[in-house]
Amino acid sequence: MPKAGSDASEVRLDGQGKPLWLCLELTYRCPLGCPWCNNPLDFDSYRRNELSTDEWKRVLREGREMGALQLGFTGGEPAMRKDLEELVAEANDLGYYTNLITSGMGLNRERLAALKDAGLHQIQLSIQSCDQAVTDALVGAGAFEHKLEIAREMKALGFPMVLNVPVCRDSIDQTPGILAMAEELEVDFLEYVQIQYYNWALLNRAELLPTLEQLERAEVAVMAARKRLAGQMTIYFVVPDYFTSTMADPERAGRPKACMNGWGSIHLTIAPDGTGLPCQEARVIKDMEFPSVRDHSLQWIWHESPQFNRFRGDDWMKEPCRSCSYKQEDFGGCRCQAYLLTGDATNTDPACTISPHHNIIEEAVAEAQRHQHFRQPLVLRRAGALSTAFVGERHETAA
Amino acid sequence: MSEDVTIEPQDRFEINPLYLFRWEETQDAYVLLYPEGVVKLNETAGEILKRCTGEVSVTEIIDELKERFSARGPHTETSVETSVHKFLEVSQAKGWIKRKADG
Repeated sequence: MPKAGSDASEVRLDGQGKPLWLCLELTYRCPLGCPWCNNPLDFDSYRRNELSTDEWKRVLREGREMGALQLGFTGGEPAMRKDLEELVAEANDLGYYTNLITSGMGLNRERLAALKDAGLHQIQLSIQSCDQAVTDALVGAGAFEHKLEIAREMKALGFPMVLNVPVCRDSIDQTPGILAMAEELEVDFLEYVQIQYYNWALLNRAELLPTLEQLERAEVAVMAARKRLAGQMTIYFVVPDYFTSTMADPERAGRPKACMNGWGSIHLTIAPDGTGLPCQEARVIKDMEFPSVRDHSLQWIWHESPQFNRFRGDDWMKEPCRSCSYKQEDFGGCRCQAYLLTGDATNTDPACTISPHHNIIEEAVAEAQRHQHFRQPLVLRRAGALSTAFVGERHETAA
Repeated sequence: MSEDVTIEPQDRFEINPLYLFRWEETQDAYVLLYPEGVVKLNETAGEILKRCTGEVSVTEIIDELKERFSARGPHTETSVETSVHKFLEVSQAKGWIKRKADG
């Protein structure tokens, strides 16, 4: 999510009604099997339904006309698309700031150079640990060495070095090692982020959620590194919303995340099949059928569609959000999380301590603290890893 | 940040190459774009950063801004100077600009 500034010399960007951040999920195909993947559980059913190069170009043009500035190419693994370079060139010509969000798989020196030539502004590379065995086990493939090689090639080509490290229970105790690795790779921006629990991550939550003690130790290491590397590396440390009640900042303690700066506020995602979404997870809300760019203009989807208007403003809110003094700041948290954990997207996000459903979060955190409990195997993201007959019935015709 | 943030009159600044600074028609403003971030700048901030090319000294920036905004009325000479200094300090601390080495 864009980290909009708040200094006096900066003007707030939200509330203008423009989709400033356009996120293209070019494909759900990916050679890795990360057990926290935010793609739908039935991701494989979208395989033959991906937008064509020309369809993506139309999306790019319409988005720019509507004032989109930041563009993320993501997936799945966006490099699985052979037209990635062509789409980057088109986006750059249109005036976007182009971000490639990648696992590094499917990239090599030649493709990176071609992307640079196409005008790509930055690459956000994910790496899961500073340890080969842990990384490869977590992603279900031999990936670690390749990722390091891609990181070095990125640096050599002059890309800003943005390293994204999704943190889970099996990697969080390596925080000092991960920070040292980032320093050695001369990372400019380190996104040291907790996994968000949707889709595959929610399925594996009991095994991924760190303990509070682990989190506190990691925070100490991050704070020390921030001090040591000031002016050299910017470190974003995102505390998982499951732990918001423990946050030190009294303004934010207990409050849920201001998810996407509000529903349909600045963020527009287009899924591989052309479905327009207010965030990458929105399709988890099963009683909503989102519109496709194959049937509608981006303009209509953003401004007119009932789905994008559904949770704008605060008319949809129930108590305790409706009368809450924080509602303009956190928008009641995340609609998808409210739906996934309570069955009703209009409920207050259970991550909020004021939510009557906050016990769901507390129980999940308490469960993670029980060290002796029997460890379940992680379910890696694979086609056929699960029966999705019940969650994916709408897409069976595509398979 | 650890860098010395004192602004000297002869200093010249340039935009950090990690950031993209440009005019954005749809915002009617200058913007700074960087990995996953957007900063929309107000008019004064935009005019200052526009001059961070590595060629213009702080003194020259102040003179040019005084001239540009002189028609707007009650700007005192010192208020322009103070706000330029303040903004350059903030920008440097945020990593948007870097002091250009002498040469």
